[in-house]
Amino acid sequence: MSVAAPRGLASSGQKPIAEVLHPLAAAEEPLSPGPDVTVDDGGDQEAVLTNGTPVETSSPASASSLFNRLQLEDDLEADARDLYVSTETRDLFVTVDDPKKHVSTMETYITYRVSTKTTRIEFDLPEYCVRRRYQDFDWLRIKLEDSQPTHLIPPLPEKFVMKGVVDRFSEEFVETRMKALDKFLKRVADHPVLSFNPHLNAFLSAKDLNKRQGLALLTKVGESVKQVAGGYKLRPRPAEFCAMGEYLDTFSQKLGTIDRIAQRIIKEQSEYLTELREYGTVYSSWAGSEEELRRPLEGVASSVTTCCGALEDLSENMSQDFLPVLREYVLYIESMKNVLRKRDQSQAEYEGRLEAAVLRKQEDRTPLPLEVEKCQDKVECFNADLKADWERWQSNKRQDFKQLLTGMADKNINYYEKCQSGWESLITLLQDKQTEDKTSETN
Amino acid sequence: RRWSSDPDVSVVGLYCRWWGSDPNVSGCSLLRRMEICVAEAEKRSGRNTVNMQEIFTVYLIETRSMEAVSEGHNSAPDSLWRRYSEFELLRSYLIVTYPHVVVAPLPEKRAEFVWHKLSADNMDPDFVERRRVGLENFLVRVASHSVLSNDKILYHFLTEEHGWREVVYETGFQAKVMNSPELVIQDSCCVSLVVQHALLHFPSGPWYYVTAYVIRRRFMDMKHYSDELQSHTSQLLRARARVADRLYGVFKVHGNYGRVFSEWSAIEKEMGDGLQSAGHHMDAYAASIDDILEEEEHYADQLKEYLSYAEALRAVCRKHELTQFELEMASQDLISKKQQREELATGIVRTFSFKGMTNKLFGQEAPEQREARLKLLEELIAEGEDTVKEKTVECQEHVERAWVDMQRFEEQKDKDLREALINYAVMQISMCKKGIQVWSNAKECFIKM
Repeated sequence: MSVAAPRGLASSGQKPIAEVLHPLAAAEEPLSPGPDVTVDDGGDQEAVLTNGTPVETSSPASASSLFNRLQLEDDLEADARDLYVSTETRDLFVTVDDPKKHVSTMETYITYRVSTKTTRIEFDLPEYCVRRRYQDFDWLRIKLEDSQPTHLIPPLPEKFVMKGVVDRFSEEFVETRMKALDKFLKRVADHPVLSFNPHLNAFLSAKDLNKRQGLALLTKVGESVKQVAGGYKLRPRPAEFCAMGEYLDTFSQKLGTIDRIAQRIIKEQSEYLTELREYGTVYSSWAGSEEELRRPLEGVASSVTTCCGALEDLSENMSQDFLPVLREYVLYIESMKNVLRKRDQSQAEYEGRLEAAVLRKQEDRTPLPLEVEKCQDKVECFNADLKADWERWQSNKRQDFKQLLTGMADKNINYYEKCQSGWESLITLLQDKQTEDKTSETN
Repeated sequence: RRWSSDPDVSVVGLYCRWWGSDPNVSGCSLLRRMEICVAEAEKRSGRNTVNMQEIFTVYLIETRSMEAVSEGHNSAPDSLWRRYSEFELLRSYLIVTYPHVVVAPLPEKRAEFVWHKLSADNMDPDFVERRRVGLENFLVRVASHSVLSNDKILYHFLTEEHGWREVVYETGFQAKVMNSPELVIQDSCCVSLVVQHALLHFPSGPWYYVTAYVIRRRFMDMKHYSDELQSHTSQLLRARARVADRLYGVFKVHGNYGRVFSEWSAIEKEMGDGLQSAGHHMDAYAASIDDILEEEEHYADQLKEYLSYAEALRAVCRKHELTQFELEMASQDLISKKQQREELATGIVRTFSFKGMTNKLFGQEAPEQREARLKLLEELIAEGEDTVKEKTVECQEHVERAWVDMQRFEEQKDKDLREALINYAVMQISMCKKGIQVWSNAKECFIKM
């Protein structure tokens, strides 16, 4: 596998606002092409890869919804416990690993190796290996959100870290972030619709991601444009989506509580550890003034030290493995809420236009315009997509938390096992000494 | 370097036998003849010495003769009630009457080294229960001691409920209470005086020097050791209390998982049952710390016993210093009186004396006065020699007996504390097993989510 040589990323001009597309705009929206994609002139919106293969445009009104409905049926037939696509049917594997630090005159940043293995024909090669930085993941996520507004896009780890508070280049931080990025990419790759997105393709395969400069500005601008364009009065949510919203609120709250509890436990454990260390040293110093008792006392001190080490490991593991995953889910919930809101806007637009059209029809008998029908289609597709994504999200959530909590249990079991063996070895030591003494006495 | 294998120690054995007493004598211990236990505790109310109403706890002491026990008689044991202050009186009596014995301590008067949840209240049932155990331990130790077990007052304490206090006071033991301040004996002068004394009054031999040094070193080492033991046990008790406090916090916070899992399970479908059950296990985990720490108090009590024992050991060493000091004072007094007699007899003043000076200034006194004074001096010298003999015997006896008892104490301490440490390790293992069990149960629930 080839590894991209570390170099600065190419910069390009800022995209004017007018060219930023509203996600709920007309069905055939042109996608921002990757560098390997050329756009035909002459208004033909079909984009093609340089080798001539047409790029599948993901349109909310047609192809994706159809695909989704098919996927949903497949899902329903699948084994309820087998929530991830089985490896036999999965044909796209991605991994994020190997973090490396890059120092240039302008900035210092970390890149990660993104490896891809696939049999899909949408990809030119069966294997890819590229280097990406956080900015690139962020770009991908924005592109996905823009091009797949009806779908839930998995979250990224926090973008901004306060300098001076968190060390962006510490091993722990990089490790945690990398795991989250890996998870993000895997979730996208496992998604039946998102995984076919050409932006993902570009992300995974292109040597150089030709992104626009001023990404942050773009994001902000993009969002405000969305909000302005969605200026229709909000309508009451249908019951099932209400239930989703309520669930997300409660779930988010519970996760917050669990986060606080876990942090508190880590804090209490740290204070316990401090006292435990001191406790061990008292045994050691007592051993110094004893003869017969020296070995047992030193033995106790040593067992206590073993427990200290085990406790340190436990706290560190919880900090590194447990808390970040928990926090990432809170972000995931926010993403889902956003999708719900977008759905609300879509519904609002439809019902708004419908109202207006009905009024006009009553006045001068003009038939319902095509736009209204298209809006209706959009809403229905949105709802269907959302429901499908919701089910998928729920089952993924179940798997993820099963894994997370089982992991927590395992860490604690491991801690107690280490402590137990520490104390058992002391007993063996003392019993050996006892038999040793007895034999020497009888001699 | 164990004292029993120290070559000088065998010399001390010789020394002891020279005085005609066998350090290995062991009386028939009371415990061999009688089964003793402190069975119950009860609250009583009564009027105290300042006629105020107070509530106090009494403890039931049950005794049964070993014959009755071995013959399988199911007769009811003899019993009587005693309160803590009576135990204290008994112990004070024993300490004064047997100053060479490292007397077993009583359980603590007030709860010390408490961690926050543990009550410092003397009326708390857990405290009373631990005290009951401690009092029984005290009686068993005292009744199995080769010397103490033969004491009449002890026997009376165990068998006659009424009028015991008066009998104790009648012994007049309070007069013998060692009220002297801490004596700091200068090592060098101590040796020379004792050696000098040994040379003057008793047939000497080269091994006397060695013996005196060995004795002195032994008591010094033991006194120093008692300080170390006191310091280390109290440090350990403090550190343990802090650890217990923190551990309590860690366990209790896990109880919050129980609540939040339960709340969370309410909004879940498939995950609900698993979460709910796991929550119960978290509650159980949080609750388990109470029993764990309660059991650990027993270990703390054993440490506290030896913290108090350190003081008892120290008292024995101090008694040695006191008897040495008194012997030296008596010896010095005798020497100076003999010197005065010599001066008076020969008229030669060797050292400065008031009499010598007045003689020079005012002329020598009349022969009758001299005779009178000589006669008085002879009487004083005879008295002084008796005192020195008495003090010597006191000193030697204390050395012999204390030597034996300190040995006994050392062996007992090593055995007891070693056992205590092993039991502590066993407790820790049990705690780990419980932890593994709870988290395994929780894991099963998570897997079924």
